Amino acid sequence: MINANIYDQRGRIFDIQRYSIHDGPGIRTIVFLKGCFLRCRWCCNPESQEFKVQEMTMNGSTKTVGQDITVGELLPELEKDQMYYWRSGGGVTLSGGEAMAQPDFAEALLRACHEHGMNTAIETTACANREVVERLVPHIDYVLMDIKHMDSAKHKAFTNQPNEKILDNARWIAGHAASLTIRVPVVPTFNDTVSEIQAIARFAGSLPGVKALHLLPYHRLGQDKYTGLGRTYTLPSILPPPPAHMAELKAAAEAVCDLHVQIGG
Amino acid sequence: MSELKFCIQKSPRIPQLVADLYANMPEIEADRAELITESYKETEGLPIIKRRSAAFRHILENIPIIIRRGELIVGSNSLAPRGCQTYPEYSYKWLEEEYDTVATREADPFYISPDTVRRLKAVYPYWEGKTTSDLAAANMDPEVLDVFLHHGIFTVGNYFYNGVGHVNVNYKRVIDEGLESIIAQCQEELSKLRRGQGDYASRRNFLEAVIESCQAVIGYARRYSNLALQEAADCTDSVRKAELLKIAEACDWVPAKPARSFHEACQSFWFIQQLLQLESSGHSISPGRFDQYMYPLFKSDLDEGKITLESAQELLDCVWVKLNDLNKVRDAASAEGFAGYSLFQNLIVGGQNEDGLDVTNELSYMCMEAQLHVRLPMPSLSIRVWNMTPHSLLVKAASVVREGLGVPAFYNDEVIIPSMMSRGYTLEDARNYCIIGCVEPQACGKTDGWHDAAFFNMLRPLEMVFSNGMDKGHQIGPATGDVLKMTSFQEFYDAYKKQEAFFIEMMAQADNAVDVAHAVRCPLPFESCLIDDCIAKGRSVQEGGAHYNFTGPQGFGIANVADSLAVIRELVFDKKVVSMAEMVQALKDNFGKGRTPKKSAELTVQAVKALDAQGVEVSEDTIKKLYTGFLNAVSVPEDKKKRYDEILALIAQVPKYGNDLYEVDMFAREVGQTYTKPLLQHTNPRGGMFHAGLYPVSANVPLGYDAGATPDGRLANTPIADGVGPMAGRDTHGPTATANSVSRLDLGDASNGTLLNQKFHPSALAGDTGLEKFVAYLRAFFDEKGMHVQYNVVSRETLLDAQKHPENYKNLVVRVAGYSALFTTLSRSLQDDIISRTEQTTL
Repeated sequence: MINANIYDQRGRIFDIQRYSIHDGPGIRTIVFLKGCFLRCRWCCNPESQEFKVQEMTMNGSTKTVGQDITVGELLPELEKDQMYYWRSGGGVTLSGGEAMAQPDFAEALLRACHEHGMNTAIETTACANREVVERLVPHIDYVLMDIKHMDSAKHKAFTNQPNEKILDNARWIAGHAASLTIRVPVVPTFNDTVSEIQAIARFAGSLPGVKALHLLPYHRLGQDKYTGLGRTYTLPSILPPPPAHMAELKAAAEAVCDLHVQIGG
Repeated sequence: MSELKFCIQKSPRIPQLVADLYANMPEIEADRAELITESYKETEGLPIIKRRSAAFRHILENIPIIIRRGELIVGSNSLAPRGCQTYPEYSYKWLEEEYDTVATREADPFYISPDTVRRLKAVYPYWEGKTTSDLAAANMDPEVLDVFLHHGIFTVGNYFYNGVGHVNVNYKRVIDEGLESIIAQCQEELSKLRRGQGDYASRRNFLEAVIESCQAVIGYARRYSNLALQEAADCTDSVRKAELLKIAEACDWVPAKPARSFHEACQSFWFIQQLLQLESSGHSISPGRFDQYMYPLFKSDLDEGKITLESAQELLDCVWVKLNDLNKVRDAASAEGFAGYSLFQNLIVGGQNEDGLDVTNELSYMCMEAQLHVRLPMPSLSIRVWNMTPHSLLVKAASVVREGLGVPAFYNDEVIIPSMMSRGYTLEDARNYCIIGCVEPQACGKTDGWHDAAFFNMLRPLEMVFSNGMDKGHQIGPATGDVLKMTSFQEFYDAYKKQEAFFIEMMAQADNAVDVAHAVRCPLPFESCLIDDCIAKGRSVQEGGAHYNFTGPQGFGIANVADSLAVIRELVFDKKVVSMAEMVQALKDNFGKGRTPKKSAELTVQAVKALDAQGVEVSEDTIKKLYTGFLNAVSVPEDKKKRYDEILALIAQVPKYGNDLYEVDMFAREVGQTYTKPLLQHTNPRGGMFHAGLYPVSANVPLGYDAGATPDGRLANTPIADGVGPMAGRDTHGPTATANSVSRLDLGDASNGTLLNQKFHPSALAGDTGLEKFVAYLRAFFDEKGMHVQYNVVSRETLLDAQKHPENYKNLVVRVAGYSALFTTLSRSLQDDIISRTEQTTL
């Protein structure tokens, strides 16, 4: 249950990134919430997946990942760059992990941002119960949502979750969000063929109100984080898709939908 | 997204001019030194101002002249491209000592031919005891001279050894009215003088000197006209021949008379800019609001179809090249403080006029385009920014910044105008400000700001607290008490302020000693006639003839002092986890770390000399041992080194300036005021006040070399923070956090200018949205009352260096994958990845 005073609502985050200029409009501060429903094998922030506070060893030093904080405590940090949001049309972005996995905290934080004149965005898998989606979306100015694969079995094989709920939520969000951008992590051996990307593009193009389709080339980032967490990286041998291939996929996507398609976020 | 305006095709002439200019190492020439010596020998006994104009005329009538291949704008102070003359009336002894090394030294080497050395050797003895430098030294109290020369707390070396420069003159008047109108004004002033008035002789002498100087400049231009005619007669290329004839026509007409075309306006401007440099050896003679005074003829020529944007751009580009043809040789130590052969000719575009209206015009954009075409250090391009600055001008500026040229620098009208008014400028004059040299604001054409008057190393008074005012075995500062007996932070902090104020007053005396020397020995009639109110007052700029008079010495090291004081307060007095005795020893032992290779070599030489003096035979092996001993701090026992590492770790935990921490930043603000406030009570001999700048040029490196380890964990002989920014590597929360911290300082109180450098990776400005977001970032920083900022957009080489020395790059933002991050926080593999990506984008 959300706290009656939204500023007392407590949640768990693992990072705050200021001056983010490549995710959503303007200059943004990203709050990374801890915990995710998916286990994407390429995930570059594996420390975001578990809700529990963890130890991670990086470059020789061990740090604690995860911090409990109230909205009231977090807000001054977000307001520090207020001037930059105003000038750039930026604001606060909730990322993760999966912000929808902490719905009370996410809702309180989004509402608090709006009360303080800061616009809001979310980077989400949209893998959440409809009730949560319906609670949060009215408080979000820009939704950046992933669609990773149209084949549910393959989706489950690589992310640990089927895609039906996600696609269903995508349709609802498209009908209700102020602004929706679909993002596709392009991962070799998973979804980097023309037919797989076109399937996603067709679906995205069929949604009302979608603004754009972003194809994000896979990067081998965060491999050492897996080691730092005592885990194994299960995609060690694939290479980032070459630029020419990304261009081919972009053209293929454009051929089957009317969306603005771009490479990168 | 507004489209990028004024992207104009570059003329093929420009790369050729640039290539010719940079074909060889710059060279020292002897002509001016010979000519001024000849003239001075003939005018002994005359009033100094008349000797100056006679010498100026003698130089301009006889110095060799040259039109370089393909030039449209002509006038060179040296035959060799980027060559320089010498100015023995200011100082010369340092050059005598550097004849053998000036070509091979690290900072700004110059070639000097054996013949030039011979010629200089023939004339320099005449100047023994006659220079401004000699007189300045005599004007200083002996203890002030000693501190200046031997203790590295402040240096007034800039004007002690050289001319002052650092002015913006009334270019507009020369372009619009011609020098003949100035001559006419002087004649009228002369006719109004009454023989019975007390200052009759000095006014008459001054006005006559001005007339002689202006006539000399007109004559010099006509020498160029004749040279162009001769070359045209010999020229077989019809296109070049026509150009030479046009040059001849222009040089015959300007700067004597009002320019009739944009081409003549450029040529008239150039003669003034060039010859101000030849009159004195000052640097930072700054074109100022070039886009304003050049505009009327640009506009009318364009409207009448006499020029196209392309041909006008070519002329502008030619002026840009010429600004790099001027050069100046400095003594080796000064060259390190002003590294890069820079003459700091600051040219500023945009901003508001004296009525408070935005006056951005086509030339504002084309000046930026010129920077892209020419890609050389000069001019120091600046842009004035306020709320009414057109968005498209800032986008254009961002596109130049993205090229990694480090320009333009951005100045905030909303801070600078009130700051200037707080020092007595009228609203109208403050609105019409320009920037001199690095970052110093002044009212155009009527100010002798004496900017850059000194460097003051704010860390050294801190060292004086620890030593109770002793340095190198002498009591040079006040005895503020045994630091080991201090019982509170306040006591320590008060001692710092006392030491600092003491040396600030010494610096003021040193500056004034130099100032008077210039008035007595090197008044400048030509410069003076182009600065209000010299003609009306009948005296030179150097004698207080300007409308506004200031002295602006700059302090630097705020970040280090603030961080150091915070460490002392927290670790020594509040938490008591490090004793004062331990801190004192740690600083002496340089925290158990070795000295830098350069310092180790220097210490080795000293040690060898000492042994030698004792008659001890020194073997190769001993020298090696000494050197590696200094390099590895072998004299410090291992257990102490371990403790020092603990202390350094404790220091690292103390919150640092530059991370958007309110309390910490407010303390830094207060520390800044310990420099800016005491300075305000001192006055200069021209009837003006002192006021502070907070910027180091590049002196944070050499003066850092002179400073020992400091309590903030900075090691001995290493650089100090540059400008008002945080210490390199200590701001770890991104550019907005740094900007927020900086804007909490009392920037406007540093009315002689502040400097903030920020680094960005090119990816942060990539694409149209990158430019837009960069502009928004700048606007927001200026909303927060930032005063100045300039950006380094860094390259792959820098990223490689950042891997090797991550401590220096903690605030470097890079684009990662779908987000941006601080480079040094990324894993090695990711860093490699980003570096390889950068390579791809630069292909």
